[in-house]
Amino acid sequence: MRKILEVKDLVTRFYTFDGVVHALSGVSFDLYKGETLGIVGESGSGKSVTMMSLLHLLPSPPAKIENGQALYYGDADDKPDTNNKPDADNKPIDLLKLNKSGIRKIRGGKIGFIFQDALSALNPVMTIGRQIGETLIEHLGMSVQQAKTRTIEMLEYVGIPEPQRRFSSYPHQFSGGMRQRTMIALAIACNPKIIIADEPTTALDVTVQAQIIELVQRLKKEMNMSVIWITHDLGVVAGMADRVVVMYAGAPVEIAPVDELYYNPGHPYTIKLLGALPKIGEKESLRLESIDGTPPDLLSPPAHCQFAWRCSHVQEKCWKIVPEQKEISSGHYAACLFDFADKTPIPPLM
Amino acid sequence: MKTETATNQIIGKTESKNLVTVKNLKKYFPFSKGFFLNRKRGAVKAVDDVSFNIRRGETLGVVGESGCGKSTTGRAILHLERPTSGKVIIDGVDLTQLNPEELRQMRPQIQMIFQDSYASLNPRHSIGHIIAEPMMIHKNMQQDAMRSRVMELLELVGLNPNHYNRFPHEFSGGQRQRINIARALSLNPKFVVCDEPISALDVSIQAQVINLFQDLQKELNLTYLFIAHDLSMVQHISNRVAVMYLGKVMELTTRDNLFNTPLHPYTQALMSAIPIPDPVKERQRTRIFLNEDVPSPANPPQGCVFSTRCPIAEPICSQRAPEYKAIEPDHFVVCHKVDKKRGEI
Ligand SMILES: Nc1ncnc2c1ncn2[C@@H]1O[C@H](COP(=O)(O)OP(=O)(O)OP(=O)(O)O)[C@@H](O)[C@H]1O
Ligand SMILES: Nc1ncnc2c1ncn2[C@@H]1O[C@H](COP(=O)(O)OP(=O)(O)OP(=O)(O)O)[C@@H](O)[C@H]1O
Ligand code: SF4
Ligand SMILES: [Mg+2]
Ligand SMILES: [Mg+2]
Repeated sequence: MRKILEVKDLVTRFYTFDGVVHALSGVSFDLYKGETLGIVGESGSGKSVTMMSLLHLLPSPPAKIENGQALYYGDADDKPDTNNKPDADNKPIDLLKLNKSGIRKIRGGKIGFIFQDALSALNPVMTIGRQIGETLIEHLGMSVQQAKTRTIEMLEYVGIPEPQRRFSSYPHQFSGGMRQRTMIALAIACNPKIIIADEPTTALDVTVQAQIIELVQRLKKEMNMSVIWITHDLGVVAGMADRVVVMYAGAPVEIAPVDELYYNPGHPYTIKLLGALPKIGEKESLRLESIDGTPPDLLSPPAHCQFAWRCSHVQEKCWKIVPEQKEISSGHYAACLFDFADKTPIPPLM
Repeated sequence: MKTETATNQIIGKTESKNLVTVKNLKKYFPFSKGFFLNRKRGAVKAVDDVSFNIRRGETLGVVGESGCGKSTTGRAILHLERPTSGKVIIDGVDLTQLNPEELRQMRPQIQMIFQDSYASLNPRHSIGHIIAEPMMIHKNMQQDAMRSRVMELLELVGLNPNHYNRFPHEFSGGQRQRINIARALSLNPKFVVCDEPISALDVSIQAQVINLFQDLQKELNLTYLFIAHDLSMVQHISNRVAVMYLGKVMELTTRDNLFNTPLHPYTQALMSAIPIPDPVKERQRTRIFLNEDVPSPANPPQGCVFSTRCPIAEPICSQRAPEYKAIEPDHFVVCHKVDKKRGEI
């Protein structure tokens, strides 16, 4: 499979009155063409900051990207003759190095994004139709009439009933699910190569969530996009992701194909996290495995494994070294000094 | 004594197996909109004719989508808001018959824990003070006795008793929820309504708090009404579950039935939509999709309130409201199409 995005050693910090928040300390992952990559992690683990760093959406100050690359290979697609050649032939674009107008072309054009809070992401005083239309005019240079036709098509495509009429509605006139569909229409309007969705269904009811996930999966296939889906719900990821990145305290602790992650997790944090979930359909209510303690304070993260004081396998050297991401089996990475995937294969849940 | 009137309301034996009985509970919020001539009056039927029992020492889960009336049910049961009509009997006392002073005397036995652990803690008070507050209001206790009780409670919920003088901002979300729990337990309640008590917490912390709820239940013989929209957590902690939709209970049954043989079409759709953290199972599932137009509780559909979204609705469903049917002991369904004898659709 071909890489479409390669994030390397991303370091983002916030310089605040209280001190320096070490939000990201070396985030690396790849995104392949046509895949759904799930990013999971607890609140504050750096999921949103990762994506906002890539898209230049962080307020600076206080944010400062201090290191890293985000290589975007998407344009290779536009030149069909180079499709099978090594990536070196098509110089990737480093998103982090782009200037304002450079990133504007990417954002909403090549990379679409969807946020949790559609209501505040949409402009409340502009009609739905105009918001999508303006993006089309800006990125694809359409005429007003073309943009209108295409917008109505898009609204229909994402399952909004009566798109002709809805074209001139305002965001507050839509239900939560419809607003999220509108956000999706906006995100895919310009035929992006990548969709980044940050907790897009967290505020929705489960029945609506199921439909939004279904929609994105269908669009992904039909439009041949890659999807980055950020969530803290391990159930959602199990159902839709091809590969999963587990974040903890500002860095990935494990990256693996979805089955590998759930049935043979390699990092003690992932193992515990899966144990902390209620098993639906269990015969009697077993005790949940709990992870004592809390994540480290990112104002002063320790100079050793960030998980050490919550880890039940902790050894002396865990208190001395920050473990690096290493490949424990093909395509399965874990940032732990030991290798638990081999020694303690976990049987399928339930 | 004033409580005489209360004790007169005892229904049946005091030691009945139900601690809580809710009968035909309604809570309407009246509103008026429009101007002068075309002014319309109406009411949001937040809770509309809800009935169930909660047995001593059990956890009854309440699930349903946002706005279906879960919180209002919890608040109306505890009389934090007066119900519009219906009965609420807790340990033999009919709360709907009590005057404010009698209700105040009842308070220590019935407590509520909310979702937002931060907003419900006063940032200017030490946690020792916060936990002691209900005792100051309801009990005439010596400073010393109160302090040692608070330390006992801190220990009980797994916090360090020496943190007595610390302030809420010095604690994490999970620890703040523990503080809320300690406060709710300070007066030895019998019945606790937990309204989304873990929704704001991370997975790893949720497990800690859920385990704590279960340990305390065993230790103190507590009875819970546990409200949440995380169905898998509700299923984990509950003995029985009530599924609500637009102010009404659609299905009420044991946790096993709910998972293995949900009968109401709404429950089936809801269950089919819960994400399961198991990739193979997820791939094998079929989901039941509902249309997204949830009717307003100010103007609920005629007949069955679910009829506008129900995948198996028939003409009768939008004409007549279905009745509460016991399909088998401990399995109640409100649906025209669920067969009484076979429990099949
Ligand atoms: N503007 C900011 N100023 C200071 N610190 C910030 C700012 N934005 C984010 N942070 C910090 O960066 C860290 C990572 O935050 P991030 O929003 O990426 O977490 P997340 O994984 O998306 O969490 P959630 O699940 O709650 O959305 C957190 O410690 C957060 O407090
Ligand atoms: N004080 C109030 N005045 C008017 N309407 C109210 C009031 N409280 C609740 N409602 C309405 O009653 C209905 C039920 O609300 P409730 O908060 O009980 O739902 P819920 O099931 O707890 O939802 P959620 O999952 O979002 O917490 C909603 O339509 C709500 O808007
Ligand atoms: S490095 Fe050590 S402390 Fe960290 S997760 Fe691995 S075993 Fe646990
Ligand atoms: Mg976030
Ligand atoms: Mg509520």
